[in-house]
Amino acid sequence: MRRTPILPGEDLAAGLIAIFPAAIAVVPFGLLLGATAGLKGLSPVEIALMSGVVFAGSSQFVAVDLWTDPASWAALGLATLIVNLRFTLMSASLGRKLGAFSPAQRFGAVFFLADEVWAVAERRAADRVLRPAFLFAAGGFLYANWMIWTVAGCLLGRALGNPAALGFDFAFAAMFIGLVIGFWRGPRTGLIIAASAAAAVGVDALVAGPWYVLAGAAAGCGAAAIMAGEGA
Amino acid sequence: MTLDAATSLAILAMALATYAVRAGGLLIAERLPQQGRVRAAMDALPPAVLSAVIAPTALATGPAETLAAIVTVVAAFRLPLIATVAIGVASVVVFRALIG
Repeated sequence: MRRTPILPGEDLAAGLIAIFPAAIAVVPFGLLLGATAGLKGLSPVEIALMSGVVFAGSSQFVAVDLWTDPASWAALGLATLIVNLRFTLMSASLGRKLGAFSPAQRFGAVFFLADEVWAVAERRAADRVLRPAFLFAAGGFLYANWMIWTVAGCLLGRALGNPAALGFDFAFAAMFIGLVIGFWRGPRTGLIIAASAAAAVGVDALVAGPWYVLAGAAAGCGAAAIMAGEGA
Repeated sequence: MTLDAATSLAILAMALATYAVRAGGLLIAERLPQQGRVRAAMDALPPAVLSAVIAPTALATGPAETLAAIVTVVAAFRLPLIATVAIGVASVVVFRALIG
């Protein structure tokens, strides 16, 4: 039974409030990405296009880092695919919680599935029905925010200085720690986090590239599967 | 204000790769078992993926970052997200100044 809420305002406001801290935390990264892209020869219009159609920060950092002149679509497309493989896990998980979405809304919603949007949507779905207004408000706000700050970074360029000097490089890690603790459900969650973190740190030390994310996800989910067999 | 052809093509390839992995999960979501170990593994995905993304930065960068990560975890259990981020950033500045 699908029912459109008469007043989507509450979901919309909740989506904006939930994503707001993440929008603040990504500001230094947007500026840094734009400035780095500018140094690599990308114009403000080109970085706007990239943020507008890709909208995936970590893969944009990797792509700008690998950027050559002329750009190689095959190398950049493949690198982006590998960095973003985790999104398949995320949309597989969230896909089970989109009962209030039409098929078109589902395929529209996954476009906005940045890490932070996914995290707040999962958090919402844990407590109540996840509605389109919540997800599109959170996703749309982070999207507009990302466009503004990446283009601003490209326009301001070198004038920005080094974000590490003020600790802003740690904002991303701090935000993710906050998001992880939002999923705390007791000691079992601690074991899932520990397994994931240990595998990610180990694989990151041994293998170049973004494989540590998939290794950590596999270890954390594997730990949960083992515990499920013991408890139930 | 320029838009280069090779650059546009590369950005398009990035966009297609990203949307493909984001939409891909929708296609497998309905085929996954709704109970048992697979269900437990899927339920663990949010903390497992998010922990994996930041674990190397938080734990393998240096002692200042590791200590700041511990402070941030403590803050995250008690405070809203925006305050947690502020305390994390402030604590990494303090620990870097104290121990480098």
